[in-house]
Amino acid sequence: MSEQALSDVERIKSASRLLRGTLQQSLADTVTGAISDDDTQLIKFHGSYQQDDRDVREQRRKRKLEPDYQFMLRTRLPGGICTPGQWLKLDQLAQTYANHSLRLTTRQAFQLHGVIKWNLKNVIGEMDQVMLDTFAACGDVNRNVMCAVNPYRGELYRQVTGMADRLSMHLLPRTGAYHEIWLDGEPVVAAEEAEPIYGSTYLPRKFKIALAMPPVNDVDVLAHDLGFIAIVEAEQVIGYNVTVGGGMGVTYAMPETYPRLANVIGFVTPDQVLEVAAAVVTTQRDFGHRGERRLARLKYTIDRMGLDTFINEVQQRSGITLAPQRPFSFTHTGDQPGWVAGDDGKWHLTLQIPSGRIKDTDAQQSLTALREVARAIENIDGTGFILTPNQNLVITCIPAGQRHGIDNILQQHGLEDFYQPSPLRQHTLACVAFPTCSQAMAEAERYMPEFLDRFEALLAELNLQDQAIVLRMTGCPNGCARPYISEIGLTGKAPGRYNLYLGGGFTGQRLNQLYRENIDEDAIFNELRPLLAQFAEQRQAKEHFGDFLHRLKLLPASEEAV
Amino acid sequence: MSANARIMQLAPLSEEQTLQLQQLTDTLDARSLHWLAGYAVGRAHALDLTGEVQLDVPISPQADIPPLTSPARRLTILYGSQTGNGQALAEQYAQQLQAAGISVQLSNMLDFKVRQLQDEHNLLLIVSTHGDGDPPDDAIDFIEQLNAKKAPRLNHLSYAVLALGDSSYPDFCVTGQRIDARLAELGGQRLTECALADLDIDAVAQPWWEDLQPKLKQRLVDDQPAAADSNVTPLRPDNPPSSYVRNNPYPAELLTNQPITAAGADKDIRHIELDLADSGLRYEPGDALGVWASNPEPVVNDVLAATGLNGAQPVSADNAEHLLVDWLSGQRELTLLSRPLLRAHAERVISSGDRQAIEDLLADDQRQKLSDLFATHQVVDVLRRWPADWSAEALVNQLRPLTPRMYSIASSQAVTEDEVHTTLARVAYSAHGHAHWGAASNYLANLDAREQHSVPIFIDRNPRFRLPEDTSRDIIMVGPGTGIAPFRAFVQHRAATQASGRNWLFFGAQHFKSQFLYQLEWMRALKNNQLQRLDLAFSRDQQQKIYVQHRLLEQGKALYDWLENGAYFYLCGDARYMAKDVDAALHRIVARHGGKSAEQAAEYIRNLTREKRLLKDVY
Repeated sequence: MSEQALSDVERIKSASRLLRGTLQQSLADTVTGAISDDDTQLIKFHGSYQQDDRDVREQRRKRKLEPDYQFMLRTRLPGGICTPGQWLKLDQLAQTYANHSLRLTTRQAFQLHGVIKWNLKNVIGEMDQVMLDTFAACGDVNRNVMCAVNPYRGELYRQVTGMADRLSMHLLPRTGAYHEIWLDGEPVVAAEEAEPIYGSTYLPRKFKIALAMPPVNDVDVLAHDLGFIAIVEAEQVIGYNVTVGGGMGVTYAMPETYPRLANVIGFVTPDQVLEVAAAVVTTQRDFGHRGERRLARLKYTIDRMGLDTFINEVQQRSGITLAPQRPFSFTHTGDQPGWVAGDDGKWHLTLQIPSGRIKDTDAQQSLTALREVARAIENIDGTGFILTPNQNLVITCIPAGQRHGIDNILQQHGLEDFYQPSPLRQHTLACVAFPTCSQAMAEAERYMPEFLDRFEALLAELNLQDQAIVLRMTGCPNGCARPYISEIGLTGKAPGRYNLYLGGGFTGQRLNQLYRENIDEDAIFNELRPLLAQFAEQRQAKEHFGDFLHRLKLLPASEEAV
Repeated sequence: MSANARIMQLAPLSEEQTLQLQQLTDTLDARSLHWLAGYAVGRAHALDLTGEVQLDVPISPQADIPPLTSPARRLTILYGSQTGNGQALAEQYAQQLQAAGISVQLSNMLDFKVRQLQDEHNLLLIVSTHGDGDPPDDAIDFIEQLNAKKAPRLNHLSYAVLALGDSSYPDFCVTGQRIDARLAELGGQRLTECALADLDIDAVAQPWWEDLQPKLKQRLVDDQPAAADSNVTPLRPDNPPSSYVRNNPYPAELLTNQPITAAGADKDIRHIELDLADSGLRYEPGDALGVWASNPEPVVNDVLAATGLNGAQPVSADNAEHLLVDWLSGQRELTLLSRPLLRAHAERVISSGDRQAIEDLLADDQRQKLSDLFATHQVVDVLRRWPADWSAEALVNQLRPLTPRMYSIASSQAVTEDEVHTTLARVAYSAHGHAHWGAASNYLANLDAREQHSVPIFIDRNPRFRLPEDTSRDIIMVGPGTGIAPFRAFVQHRAATQASGRNWLFFGAQHFKSQFLYQLEWMRALKNNQLQRLDLAFSRDQQQKIYVQHRLLEQGKALYDWLENGAYFYLCGDARYMAKDVDAALHRIVARHGGKSAEQAAEYIRNLTREKRLLKDVY
């Protein structure tokens, strides 16, 4: 596609023998807790990032010690669904090999942090025992397939999550590298191995898929490269509206980068989904930018090709003509905490997990509590856990008679707050950032509680404490917590300093706008206070903060909702 | 005319030869000159026998070459030494006697066979004892021969033994005592009683030598005037390299006091850098740094509290008067226990039950218990455990003089020039319900390098722990924990001098993440091919404990191949457990990969020691 030289990652992928690289040698090197530079790119495809504890990096250097290298491991978990047995295994792995916590990600996956190199194989091997893997959870491939969390409509939910599973499997790399390296699989004869969808250099950049079930847009379907919006008639999913070209990441001081909401390009029936998805993927494979990774996401490919050209290419490759899109509407993106009964009489409990972090503290022992819950429901058919796109957790398919026992466990461990968070806290997201994420420029998860305390005090002062506001914070501009479609977005610039974005839609259908750059906490509150005060005075019934800012033209430029 | 020039005039050499010889000898150090003397003797002897030069005669300076002086008129000085103290004394005594015109042959016990003693009439033997009664490595063969049934009768032999040791071990000086007894058993006559010197060697050795030296002179000089040409007299007195020595330490400025274990690690290990500036101090890889440390204030206060003594009272001892607190902080050993101190303590304990308890520990059959006590108790623990009635004078007189602590030097002067680096573990722990501190390690670790601090130091030579002179030889270094220190110097030096031999390092600690000492430097050395192999053992990173000896065994085949190829094997670190485990591993490796019986393997390893390719610096 590009006449520019290939990026270095392209060279590494190309020489990797389908993602093998020198990972086995790197793992066997006893002198360093790190892996080779090239392998740090390849291990992403296996679901792991090499990180280090940045809090102690400089101190360790003075002590003539290498950085405290450790690895993040991310599961591939379509739709965020797992069994109590899988939960118990992850819990045990977190205690044995990681930092005694589990993190629920904004893509409905688990992350283990702080795994040292010598334990990676143990962890992945033990995950395999309970049918979990980390394959393709990161890297230039299709990442974890997200799916709306709607267990309340049992049959429809089964159909949509089933599709999420099939998409994940269909787009899983075919290389034997994962089995060879982590599970002691027999080496595959090179000639017999191929990647029919990806080819030997995979995609130019990461690729994200989400499936939504209106009227809830918990997955932020327009923020993904490829999306499917379930269309329901007569209690059946008759097909999906297809969305393409969403993406969050930007690079500071690189104006040619931008967040983009996806376009809805038509409708497909369930049997056409895999073909269309594969065609979108291969089009991106062949037309995506392989010289500049920061311009390689599908959103730039589409804008470069033109949307119509892109759609034609996809139709041609799949042999499927897209039907006109069907009407749909979204009402919100957040989760509803607390117990909700499903249409089959089973109960589902949504717990609001601050920043998706499950761990034991003096006040709240969520790791212990959920371990006990998992043990309590392990032998009850159909029960399980669902990780939500808002980093929350649903304990699902609980018979009415078991509710009380679960409540008891949670309350014994101080988790009352998880049932009834403030409306604000229901709608906040924060990425991991410091100390482990190598991209982080500022704090996010660790700082969020402190920020929320001050923010809630302000809301209370303005009598806005019952107002739901979508608030998202990331430590860098890459957008893991989808900050550019929040009503208030903060992206890290430097320690203690953020860019402030305002005016996104409450339903995830409108981007926000950069309002102030590189400001500290006091400045953030100085900006927010007058706007929120005005909002408290002049808002209309049920009006959301982002919509209000647009109505009164309080932002530099207004953009139409999709 | 200098004494030197006068001697040269006597030489039966042409003017040109004299000049050549002078040019050569001007460039040689004492060690080389000693060697040269022996070489010349050997060449001369070969010529005497055949009338022509035998190029294949052994050129070892002492071994197997009968000196020309008659046995009755010469003195043989033998030393067996682990840390170099014994060798230093032996050399010092030899020089003094030579200066007095006495013919001396000086030899390491390793290079001397017991049967050679049959030809000797006068012997001075200096030998140390290590750990729980172990002889130094280079004395093992000699002692075996001496104790053998076939050992020769030594009726002509007059001898004196100086035993070195550390009274904080129960079997204090036993090696020297045993040799002394065996020599008598074989018919030898003592010139004087066997002397038992503690860490402050001079306290015992000096009076002993002052007593012995005139006796020797009388025997060897008075009745037979010395002939200059029959002496191994140095052609030129040794150039003292620096005026700063053990008893005149150099106040070196502290440049760096850097923890090199991770914050929160179980161990606190420091990298220390000191400025030698214009001290003139020179050191070689393998040498140690002597540090005169004072006792930490809390330790001094604890001793005062336990004895109920007033630190402000003046106390006279050693012909000096200081306040008690100053004696305790700067002049007296407060951490290591000794048998004499314990005995003196027993006499003063208040309760008779306590007295019996201590007497029991001191009984001959309670060595292990006493050893355990010494390993787990400091002076203050004994004072607390068995309260006693000490006077300030008695205490000061009974405590051993504070001795300098020795730390392996961790730098090569080829790289660090006027700096000297070392690695030390800060000893601080809780025992018997009280905080405890290691004296020297805390003294250094508590100094802040941002302030001006000078540390009284000297260089403690360790000629027994040197890199191969042949730089193409491979070296294997085993240095777990702070035993890594000399190998940092070795690798620096071999890189700076572009030695072509390969370097293989074994390192061990408890945890990879927090205790991998000098990790970044080793990674750089590997990358730059200054270190060819690095094997690591982290004992507590997995269920089963893994130590360096396990890594040695894993690499046994390659290791044996390196040895067969002429590699040197170096070991530094803990003597109590590690050194023994490594030694056992080495025996297994040689047996397994060399296809040898246990006895053959032991002989192979004894040979390595004889060839000075198996070198240890353990403590």
